Amino acid sequence: MTESYGKVYTENSLNPLVRMKGISKRFGGTWALRNVDFQIFHGEVHVLAGENGAGKSTLVKILAGVYSDFEGVIEINGVPVRFDSPLDACDMGVAVIHQELSLVPSMSVADNIFLGRPLTRHGFVSDQRQKAETKNVLDQLGLLVDADCAIDQIPIALQQMVEIAKALVRNARIIIMDEPTSALSAPEVERLFSLIVDLKKNGCGIVYITHKMEEIERIADRITVLRDGFFVGSAPAKDLPGPQLIKWMVGREIDQQFPRHQTRRGEERLRIEQFSVFPAGLQARPAVEGVSLSVHAGEILGIGGLQGSGSSELLMGLFGGYGNNIRGRIFLNGNPVLFHSPDQAIQKGLALLTNDRKATGLVLPLSIIANTVLADLPRLCSGGWRLPSRECRAAAKVMKPLNLQASSLAMEVNELSGGNQQKVVIAKWLQTEPTLLLLDEPTRGIDVGAKREIYHLMNEWTAQGIAIILITSEMPELLAMSDRIVVMHRGRVTAELAQNRATPDLVLEAAMGRKIEAGV
Amino acid sequence: MSLIAKKEYLLKPSGTWKILTSPVGRALVALILVFVLGLVFHAEGAFFKVGTHRDALRQTSVFGILACGMSLVIIAGGIDLAVGSVLALVAVCFSLMCIRWGWPAWFSIPACLVIGASCGWISGFLTARFRIQPFISTLAMMVFARGLAKTVSGGMKISTAVKNPDGTYTYVDVPGIFRAIDSRIFWGNLTVVTLIFLGCILATWVALARHKWGRQLYALGGNEEAARLSGVPVRRAKIMAYMAAGLLAAIAGICQAAQEQQGDPEAGMGYELTAIAIVVIGGTNLMGGRGGIGLTLIGTLTIGYLEKILSINAVPEASRLMLTGVIIIMAVLMQRVGKK
Repeated sequence: MTESYGKVYTENSLNPLVRMKGISKRFGGTWALRNVDFQIFHGEVHVLAGENGAGKSTLVKILAGVYSDFEGVIEINGVPVRFDSPLDACDMGVAVIHQELSLVPSMSVADNIFLGRPLTRHGFVSDQRQKAETKNVLDQLGLLVDADCAIDQIPIALQQMVEIAKALVRNARIIIMDEPTSALSAPEVERLFSLIVDLKKNGCGIVYITHKMEEIERIADRITVLRDGFFVGSAPAKDLPGPQLIKWMVGREIDQQFPRHQTRRGEERLRIEQFSVFPAGLQARPAVEGVSLSVHAGEILGIGGLQGSGSSELLMGLFGGYGNNIRGRIFLNGNPVLFHSPDQAIQKGLALLTNDRKATGLVLPLSIIANTVLADLPRLCSGGWRLPSRECRAAAKVMKPLNLQASSLAMEVNELSGGNQQKVVIAKWLQTEPTLLLLDEPTRGIDVGAKREIYHLMNEWTAQGIAIILITSEMPELLAMSDRIVVMHRGRVTAELAQNRATPDLVLEAAMGRKIEAGV
Repeated sequence: MSLIAKKEYLLKPSGTWKILTSPVGRALVALILVFVLGLVFHAEGAFFKVGTHRDALRQTSVFGILACGMSLVIIAGGIDLAVGSVLALVAVCFSLMCIRWGWPAWFSIPACLVIGASCGWISGFLTARFRIQPFISTLAMMVFARGLAKTVSGGMKISTAVKNPDGTYTYVDVPGIFRAIDSRIFWGNLTVVTLIFLGCILATWVALARHKWGRQLYALGGNEEAARLSGVPVRRAKIMAYMAAGLLAAIAGICQAAQEQQGDPEAGMGYELTAIAIVVIGGTNLMGGRGGIGLTLIGTLTIGYLEKILSINAVPEASRLMLTGVIIIMAVLMQRVGKK
């Protein structure tokens, strides 16, 4: 077991470790990947880059055996393979270090490392052998962890190292790291990078997914770029400087499907100063740190950013969703406020459309009417008593401009399509007659027709003087619908751009952590 | 209306099938099957006597009252295991107040309701404030209330037989309130306890179907996070649900004491499970967010009549328990017919 990762490769052999050829994968009617080629060589870090939804995760999941129904060929060391399950992939030496770790928190380090493949003696798990072997591997990685320690007792960075140790014990030759540094502090990142160098020396091939430019510049040997499921290109890192890489990633023309009509900008609706949000408690690292921004009546302020930018947490914190775990100053129409629960925010005219309508937007077993009036119950009730006919009229009225497709308003929202469900959530918030709409991915997972309708509605709302803060991970939507764009990276604002200044390249650069001064 | 929506509508089954596969329809089918069972095995005409029905309703009323409270908690996505013990605690307290201390009914009944509601408030507070799983917090309350009932009663049944210091017993009169609750009305065709049960059904129905709070319970049972972000006062609504369950358990305890003419600290063992069974047989979803009091009424009648039919046919208790188990499963499986 130990000698298998002791061999040193000094240079790339001509034969790639993994060759993926003509990979295509479809989800329902949409292609997630179209004819993508991807190769990994011994002893290199291959960065897989692309915007949200470019197909990176899908490609990696195919390599890891999560999806088995794809078109194309995978060869490992020149031998064609076909994985039916993650276990198959694991057997062939593919290991994935997930963003969310896949360790069992309550079990010990040793038990986790040998989970599913215990070392046994006479058919019983041998703690002794497992511990000895664990110590062996941890020593090689230079880690000082007690093999008996429970996983949830050690810091997250060490947990990640344990994942890597687990991969090594399984003789993994191909290690996939999906944004491994998102939860790590700077010294921990250094530790991980030096470990990656060791792994390279041992001949492992590493696939590295990241949204951070500085990381790409530091550790990439080769970069492959995907965009909208297509293969854009693959090049050695030294031949692909930053600006060129961004061009590859963005690359597309922005089509004129966005009907944004600028409206007259009114007085300042919301201003936040030095606002910080601590979703995991005040002791933990904040998800939003010292953010200041403002939005005016009739204006759409777009917030751009990649995964982990903290923009969703910003809106949730603003809306009172994190209780007391917020710091900073908020002024609504010039008056200082700070919301510690959503009902306070709703009363003051805020509405938050969350980014996951099923998990946090809708009460699925309830009817369309019940969902529509849920946030406005206090006003629709009379002395605490509900008036079903009044609720029904209110729902029908607010639903009218939304063009909802349902056989009856008494239907459970469960039975509606994604686009129509989104309209129910929108109706719920319109019913409260908000003056400030916080929209977190309002068009996620809905079809083009429904998207266009939502864009038109956003125009109407701003024309009525409603202020909108819009989060979207789709670059064209962000650029076309926003009157002003703020870009966030790891909880901080890295750029604030007027609409005519904003370009895809600038936004992406800022989203990957490069600070862009105003007026550039 | 668009074409797509029309097509969707056409695909839906209509008429009889729709009624039969609605939650109320399914629950009614189970009840009717039990009734048919009674018509076939009528025990030489016993099933056709009014007295049989009166007794069936009398015997199931206490369970039905508990099931009302259980419905509120289950719809809100929780569970209350403490109702049986709270029933015993209140039965003991009510007997003490009325028999031993001679308190008037107008004072002892509200006092008992406060005791029950307080127990509910504690489990609700633990669940909502400290996010203890309701299974655990109410399990703790179940054990605690049972212990409290035994402490208060000194481990003895509180009955009209009062032990003297010299070991002899003096018998005191059964308090008027006991007799009143256990009496019959409508020319002896209905018991007051059943009337109380129907009152509880009505009250919980109004709360669930017509009050803001009822809608909040459905919302937080269906999706707590979405409810919270829609401004629902999750904590308060939840605590109120457990309080209501405790209050209804207290009402059931008062009825139980009156029916047995004593306060037994061992009373109500396993009643919480019967209450859950009633709610489930009615078709209310244990995951929360779906269901209603109408369903609980049907569930109560189903279980009550089943028990009665088995007992008038002199089915021994052992077989009765086994049959009840089988029928619970059958009822739940039947609720899936015609569902995707």
